Amino acid sequence: MAGGFAQWGNDLYSGKRSYNIVGRRNRWFILSGTLVALAVTFLLVRGLNAGIEFRGGSQFLVSNVKSTSQQIATDAVFGVERADVPLVSAVGNNSVRIQTGDLTADQLTAVRTALASGYGVDVSDVTSTFIGPSWGQDVSQKAVRGLIVFMVLVALVMTLYFRDWRMAVSGLVALVHDLILTVGVYAAVGFEVTPAGVIGLLTILGYSIYDTVVVFDKVRENTAGVTEQKRHTYAELANLALNQTLVRSINTSVVALLPVSAILFIGAFLLGAGTLRDIALALFVGMIAGTFSSIFLATPLQVALRGREASVAAHTTAVLQRRVADGLPVKASGVPVPVMVSAAPLHAGEHRGTAAQPKRKKRRSPPSPKR
Amino acid sequence: MVPNTRGARPVRTLVVLALAIAILFATIIAGTHWSKATLVPKLALDLEGGTQVILAPVLDAGAQVSDTTISEAIRIIRQRVDSSGVSEAQITSQGGGQGGTSIVVGIPGKPDQTTLDLVRKSALMRFRAVLAVMAPDATSTSATPSATPSGTASATATPSPTTTATASPTATATATASPSATATSTAPPRTQPTDTPTTKPTSASDPAWETPSLLAAVDSLDCTKPENRKGGGADNPDLPLVACDPEGTVKYVLGPAEIEGKDLTNATSGLKTGPNGVVTAEWVVDLQFNGDGANKFSTITARMAKAASPYNQFAMVLDGLVIEAPSVNELIPNGQAQISGGNMTRAKAATLANQLSFGALPLTFKVLSEEQVSATLGAEQLQRGLLAGLIGLILVVIYSMLQYRTLGLVTIASLAIAGTITYGLITLLSWTQGYRLSLPGVAGIIVSIGITADSFIVFFERVRDELREGRTLYAAIEQGWERARRTILAADGVNFLAAVVLYFLAVGGVRGFAYTLGLTTLVDLLVVFTFTHPVLRLLTRVPFFTEGHKFSGLDPSLLGSSGVRYRGRGQVSTPALAGVAPQGSGEVERLTIAERRAAAARAQAPTERNQSAGAGSESSMGSDS
Repeated sequence: MAGGFAQWGNDLYSGKRSYNIVGRRNRWFILSGTLVALAVTFLLVRGLNAGIEFRGGSQFLVSNVKSTSQQIATDAVFGVERADVPLVSAVGNNSVRIQTGDLTADQLTAVRTALASGYGVDVSDVTSTFIGPSWGQDVSQKAVRGLIVFMVLVALVMTLYFRDWRMAVSGLVALVHDLILTVGVYAAVGFEVTPAGVIGLLTILGYSIYDTVVVFDKVRENTAGVTEQKRHTYAELANLALNQTLVRSINTSVVALLPVSAILFIGAFLLGAGTLRDIALALFVGMIAGTFSSIFLATPLQVALRGREASVAAHTTAVLQRRVADGLPVKASGVPVPVMVSAAPLHAGEHRGTAAQPKRKKRRSPPSPKR
Repeated sequence: MVPNTRGARPVRTLVVLALAIAILFATIIAGTHWSKATLVPKLALDLEGGTQVILAPVLDAGAQVSDTTISEAIRIIRQRVDSSGVSEAQITSQGGGQGGTSIVVGIPGKPDQTTLDLVRKSALMRFRAVLAVMAPDATSTSATPSATPSGTASATATPSPTTTATASPTATATATASPSATATSTAPPRTQPTDTPTTKPTSASDPAWETPSLLAAVDSLDCTKPENRKGGGADNPDLPLVACDPEGTVKYVLGPAEIEGKDLTNATSGLKTGPNGVVTAEWVVDLQFNGDGANKFSTITARMAKAASPYNQFAMVLDGLVIEAPSVNELIPNGQAQISGGNMTRAKAATLANQLSFGALPLTFKVLSEEQVSATLGAEQLQRGLLAGLIGLILVVIYSMLQYRTLGLVTIASLAIAGTITYGLITLLSWTQGYRLSLPGVAGIIVSIGITADSFIVFFERVRDELREGRTLYAAIEQGWERARRTILAADGVNFLAAVVLYFLAVGGVRGFAYTLGLTTLVDLLVVFTFTHPVLRLLTRVPFFTEGHKFSGLDPSLLGSSGVRYRGRGQVSTPALAGVAPQGSGEVERLTIAERRAAAARAQAPTERNQSAGAGSESSMGSDS
């Protein structure tokens, strides 16, 4: 398997095999747009399933139970207060979590006792939590503020590092795309949104940008001095960069997703509801979206933005004209025939002069003997 | 693009890294011997079990809570919790800005209800007249005062306990009978009298307040015991009070409250301005009372200015503790008072002003959430979390072995080193900085496995790219490193930025997560620079890798390199002709032009399709030139 994969990587690197992602960017833009629209629709129609941290209420956790029957919990809560049906879920093999509406301190104690006798455990095995409704909002409000500050800072850093605001814009668009898709999946599937899920969502920030920066770095390397040669257009070189980093992107995604999947698996099957599962869930969706957007959205978008630049547009025209003059095939629409670029893009040579010559080693002269 | 090989001493870098790790762990082990360090990181509440209470200040519309107010509230809560015998409670503020600052109190284990009540109670400030100042221990009322209270600003006269003693000698005799019994009892000693004075006191400073039960309370209260200094402020303002100073060095007998904290409008610290308008070097605290308070204060100072010590002192009681007990020198009619004293430093003045400001506007808190985490569940979560991390790690190892063959071992070793350093740093930080590992923190570490491994993937892929271009292993590693380094730095920089932003702007669990994420990002950089790269450099000395063994993960033929390479000086090395490994060692064979052309043609064959585009691979270009 690895051999075939390595061969595939070689072909991608040398340009023998190339996927024309940048050339067919409209297709990917439409796909991304559709996904985002779908996510927003789900968000508006179905809404998010807010966790208890956002609704407020009381939560009980009964440990060391013999049966995780939900009826016992419902009866115990109804014995004290007959309000909404409590949410009961199993946590691990021998714990039950019960979420109710707002309870007074007396009711809280009463429910604790009722739960303990109902499940036949000691009262000390029943822990209770009171969560004010503003707690979750507080967390998410700050998360949103963090998000905005982060995006402004990242835009600055990327603009400085790549000396190109278009890369920063494309990176941020990809980031927002990932976040919307992840939230959309939450809305579509109906996962409960907890503060831990918000944490997971925030990590996607780092990961999505990280992934995009790696791809952009290769794009920048390939397209350095692009206007000094007339063989390849900017779009072609960017596409080559995408293909050359494809193996890295896949390897990275797999390696990053493996531990997350492990948490998700362990969390879902062994731990039940909890912090780890909630974080892993958001990460799992976000990382897949992040890999997708770094390849299919960020770079094509950046190329599209660059293409509007006068110097790049003029260069593309010049390259195409030269191809026509050389009798090379050019598509009717003026789009260059894909799979034309090979391994290393040309760089104009430089004369390094004496700098390239070996240095004379400084030899310390032996101290002259004193007389 | 000749890679700079000067200063390349891989062995030395590795030795330095090994030394650094050894020092890190030696510090921790030394810390366990001579300090409070532990070999395992301390765990946060969600893993250790305990109770977490989140308090938010209740504000009037438009009111603002300053940072000093919050830190003063935290100080008071800490004083209460620490004095009640709970060790290692975590009290921190979180948030700020529009959401309002809240206080998070984490108490390990299962605290009793009284401790929890202590946390929630708001702290009040009252001004009371001083009836007596005495030694802090519980022995006898006739004990001579040990010292003038250090914090007292203008209390120049030595407090005279004899006044107290002579006031009711019989009461003293009965009270001293059982001081030890009261001191050892678990119930908190009474600080207020139960009986009413026989003669009606004329003022708050009247010694007639000293009823037998008050004196019994005076005897039983031992200010040297921390549990008697937890405050709580549940005292009745209409009754006298026995109170300690926060350090437990002095015990005060105080009259009923005369002014409430809310009558104070402002308290600031600053340098004293002399009578002729010249600023002196003396630090003072300026008080400003409102109309009501100014009237009361005027009455009090009129009485106290004429009185003898200690009746000329009034105590500022914040949360049941005397923060200051200055003596009154003159009548202060306009509600503008100044506390000065010989031992008043800048820090002391600022602290006092903060405490007074807090007392002037006492914060009341509402409980945002109160969460009990069972210790068994926390342990289970940690155990399962670590299991998940282990499974994830094994999967990463298998995958990198499949992808990079033997080179995958370098990934595994790097991950192991990164894990060791991370563990050491977290343990060190939990000792020195009080960092506690929470479940989101564990999640951050597990997630970082992927991001750390990615640095190696970026590096290895770059090295492979360079091998595909036909470079020797050594040159490929140097060239690949030079390019990968930029990428890794940029990508890790962005990741670190995310962690820092999250840490400073987010709250609660997000912080723990961001902390480990930032930490592991830095460790990742450290490991890539000081371990992975030097190790790869060392590998260039191992024939298994330089000859590009099939399982080395660096086999040039498997990577699609033709093996034809321009060696310079018009020579081309090709494995087919020279019959040696691609990098060839020593066999400098001069090829004829025909041989060179043949080699070049062979090299071009696979990339022929691309020739129509007018581009050749670098290897073929090299031989053409």
